[in-house]
Amino acid sequence: MNEPILSISNLTTEFRVGGEWRDVIRNVDLDIHPRETVAVVGESGSGKSVTALSIMRLLGRNARLSGRILFEGQDLLALPEEDMQRIRGNRIGMIFQEPMTSLNPVLKIGEQITEVLIEHRGLDHAAAMAEAARLLEKVRIPSARQRLNEYPLSFSGGMRQRVVIAIALACEPKLLIADEPTTALDVTIQAQILELIKELQKEEEMAVLFITHDMGVVAEISDRTAVMYRGDVVETGTTEQIFKSPVHPYTRALLSAVPQLGSMNGQNLPLRFPIVDMATGSVEPVKPTVDTVRLDVPPALRVANLVTRFPVKKGILRRTVGNIHAVENVSFELREGETLSLVGESGCGKSTTGRSILRLTELTSGTVAIRDHDVARAGKRELAEIRRLAQMIFQDPFESLNPRIRIGDAIAEPIIAHGLMPRAEVGTRVPQLLEQVGLSPSMADRFPHEFSGGQRQRVCIARALALNPKVIVADESVSALDVSIKAQVINLMLDLQEQLGLGYLFISHDMAVVERISHRVAVMYMGEIVEIGPRQAVFENPQHDYTRKLMSAVPIADPTRRRVRHLSNDEIRTPYREAGFTPPPQKYREVDEGHFVLTQHLEPAA
Amino acid sequence: MSSSGKQPSTSVHAGNGDASPERISPFRRTLHALIRDPGALTGIIIVGVLAILALVAPLISPQDPYDLAQLDIMDGRLAPGATSMNGMVYLLGTDDQGRDLFSGILYGLRTSILVGIISAAVAIVIGTCVGLLSAYAGGRVDALLMRIVDIQLSFPAILVALIFLAILGQGVDKIIIALVVTQWAYYARTVRGSALVESRRAYTDAARSMALSDKRIIFRHILPNCVPPLIVVATMRIAYAIMLEATLSFLGIGLPITEPSLGLLISNGFEYLLSGDYWISVFPGITLLLLIVGINLIGDALRDILNPRQEG
Repeated sequence: MNEPILSISNLTTEFRVGGEWRDVIRNVDLDIHPRETVAVVGESGSGKSVTALSIMRLLGRNARLSGRILFEGQDLLALPEEDMQRIRGNRIGMIFQEPMTSLNPVLKIGEQITEVLIEHRGLDHAAAMAEAARLLEKVRIPSARQRLNEYPLSFSGGMRQRVVIAIALACEPKLLIADEPTTALDVTIQAQILELIKELQKEEEMAVLFITHDMGVVAEISDRTAVMYRGDVVETGTTEQIFKSPVHPYTRALLSAVPQLGSMNGQNLPLRFPIVDMATGSVEPVKPTVDTVRLDVPPALRVANLVTRFPVKKGILRRTVGNIHAVENVSFELREGETLSLVGESGCGKSTTGRSILRLTELTSGTVAIRDHDVARAGKRELAEIRRLAQMIFQDPFESLNPRIRIGDAIAEPIIAHGLMPRAEVGTRVPQLLEQVGLSPSMADRFPHEFSGGQRQRVCIARALALNPKVIVADESVSALDVSIKAQVINLMLDLQEQLGLGYLFISHDMAVVERISHRVAVMYMGEIVEIGPRQAVFENPQHDYTRKLMSAVPIADPTRRRVRHLSNDEIRTPYREAGFTPPPQKYREVDEGHFVLTQHLEPAA
Repeated sequence: MSSSGKQPSTSVHAGNGDASPERISPFRRTLHALIRDPGALTGIIIVGVLAILALVAPLISPQDPYDLAQLDIMDGRLAPGATSMNGMVYLLGTDDQGRDLFSGILYGLRTSILVGIISAAVAIVIGTCVGLLSAYAGGRVDALLMRIVDIQLSFPAILVALIFLAILGQGVDKIIIALVVTQWAYYARTVRGSALVESRRAYTDAARSMALSDKRIIFRHILPNCVPPLIVVATMRIAYAIMLEATLSFLGIGLPITEPSLGLLISNGFEYLLSGDYWISVFPGITLLLLIVGINLIGDALRDILNPRQEG
C-alpha cells in the first residue's frame, strides 16, 4: 500500500496520579493507510481509548505524551495548540460512545452541524444549512431538512449517533476515529450504524480508526486489527490473520472467550467457554455439560398471561391517559436445572418480566407461581418465602452491592434476616459460599470498591445462593463484564447449575451468550414473546421475522463469514397505547415440539 | 468447584489489580483527604483553635464576664492594652460595662458554638426522620411532608426565629428551639432527595428481592448512603445557625445581656463605632468571621471530597 495517512510510532502516554507519572500506554506503533479501517481492540483498561484521545491530543493537563504521531507528514505532538485545533474535527473527525451525551441538548441539530461548517469551512449561514441537510441525508436520516430544526431529545439513540457521524463528516476528514460508537446501541441499530460507517468510508474515501471491545464488530468492519492489553499493543495484523492464527496468548484468550453465534449448531445442551491461560496460552479443555433439566418434578416457575403496564398520567388530576404496555400476555414455564433465556432489545419488556416475577414491580394481571406460591396474591410472609426461593442477580455489579457494607456481611445478611441458621453457623457458611463462587474466604471483610467487576458479580451470585434458591433471575448479569470475565462468570453459572440444580431465567440482549448458556429461548418484542422454544430449534430454525432480524444483526466474530446486509433503517417502536386499548388476542403456532411462534397482528418487523 | 476454585489467575481484567487494595474505612479516607486539602486544613486549624479556646475559656480568661461583681463600670470602654486600676491588663479593651473583651469573646464563642451544634444536632435528627419517612412512604405522606417543608422554607429564617422568640422569650434553650425550627426543613429535604436516589439504586432492589425488612433497608442500607450529603449540608448549616444566633442577639432578642454571645458583644459596641471605640464591635466581629469562614472552608472541601460521583 501507499504512504500511511497516520503513523504512530513509539507513543507513550503517562498520567500523573498522586504526584507520580504512571504510563497508561507504552510504545504503541500503529499505521493507518488511506481508505483503510484499522480496529484497536481490547478490554476495559487496555488503553485503547487513551490511544485515540492521544492522537487528538484531547487528554487533560495531567497527561504527558512522548513518541511520534505523523498525520499527513506532520508530527501532531510537535504542533502548537492552534494548529492542532485546525486539524481536530476538520482533518480528523471523531465519534464517541455515548450518543445521548455527545450532542448538546439545548441546541437544535441544525445549529450543531452548521456551527462546525461555519467555523471550519467558512460557509455562510444559508450555505451551511443546505450543507447540513445534505449531510443528514448522507447518514440516511429521513426528511433531513425538517429535522434540522429539532432538538436532540426528539432523536433516538441510533439517530443521534447518525447526527454525530454527520458532524464528524462535516469537514470531509481524511481520518475518522470512532471510539466504541455502537456499544451503547441495540444490536439491530448497531448493525445499521456499522453498515453506515462502511458505506460512508467508501463514499468519502476516508481511513477509519475503530476502537471497540467487541471481537464480533472487529470481524465485521476492519481490514487490519491491533490488539491491546494493559497498555501494550500485543499483536497487529490483518483481521483475517488475527482471527485465523492468533499468536499472542492474550489474543487467543480473547477469541476463545468470544461467543460466536452459530458455533453451537448441532449441540443441544449449554456449553462452557474454553478458558485460555494468559501466561502460556494453553487452553483448558471444556468440561462436558451434564443434562440438568428436571422433567420429573413440577416446574419451579410458572408464568401465565403475565401483564405489566405502567400508567402514564397527565394533567392536574393525574388522569391516566395511556399505558406503557411493558409486558403483554407473557406465559412460560421454567424447570429446575433449566436455563430459559429472555432475549430482546432495550424496551422489549424482558427486564420488567424478571422484576414482575419477584414482584419488584407490581404486575397488572396474570399469574406467577413459584413452586406453589402465587406471587401476585402473596402476603408479606409468603412474599418473603418467595423471595427466598427465587433470587435476582442484577446487571451492574457496581450498583447492586451497598458500597458501605463489607461483602461478608452482605452475604450473611439474607441468611440472618430469614433465620435460615443460627448466627454462630453463619460464620462458617459465608466462607463456603465465597469459595463456591471462586473467591477467597479471606476477602469477606473487604468493601465492594476493593473488587473488580467480575469479582463483584461473583459476590452477588454468592449472596443470591445464600438463601438456597431454586430459581435465579439473572437480569443482564454478564452484560457489563469484559468478554474474558464474562466467559468465566458464565462457566461459574453452569457449574452451579450442575451442583445445585438451579433454574435460571437468563435475561439478556446478547444473542451469542444466550446461545451458549440456554436450554430454551424466548424472544421478546414490544412486550410479547414472539417466539419460544428449545434453543437449538430457535437458533437453527428461526420462524418469526423479528427473530431472524435479530440474528442477522448480531456481528459474527469471523471475518471470513462477513455478510453484505441490507438493513432497513426502522427503529424499535414504542409500546405506549392510549387508555382503554385492548391488545388483540395472541395466537401461537406450534412449529415443532415445544417451539411456538406468534402468528398474527404484529406488523412485519423487518 | 474445580474450574474456578482459585481466584482467576487467568483474569484479563486490567482494572485496579496493580494497586494494593485500600483497606481503610470511608471515614478515615475522608479525614485523610481533608488534611491534604490546604483550604480544609486552614479551616480545621481555625475552627480547632477557636473550639479549644471556647472549651477552656474558664481556665484562661482573665475575668468571668458573667460575674457582675468582677466588673467595674469605671473600666468601661478602655482601649486594647489598657491597664485597670487593680492592675489587670485588658488585652482587647473593655466594653461599655467595663467587661474584659478578651474574656467576653471566649465565653461568647462558647455560647455561639454550643448553640450552633446543639441546634444542628436536634435539627438533623428531626430532618433525617422526616426525610426518610417521606422518601420511603412516598405518595400522600411524601406530598404532605414536603409541602410543610416548602412552607417552612418559603419564610425567611430570621422572620420565623423572630416570631418564635417573641412568643418564647429569651434564653439559650429558647434560641436553640428557634434555630431547630428554622433548620430542620433543610435536612429533611436533603435526606429525602438522597434517600430517593438511593432507594432507586440496584442494591436497594437487591435488598428487597432478598425480602429484608423495611426497617433494615431504611436504616442499614439507605441511611448510611445518605450521610455524605448530610454532612456537607450540616457543616454549612451550622455556620448559618451560628450567624443567625448572632443576628438575633445583635437585634436584642436572642440571648440575655448577662450571657454574652458574639452577636451581643458586637451589638454592644455598635453605638460606639463612630465615636472611635472600634474594638468593642470589631474584635468579636473578627472572631465570628473567622469561625464562619473556618467552618465554610471545611464544608467546601467536604462537598468536593464526598461528591458521590467520585466515589467507588
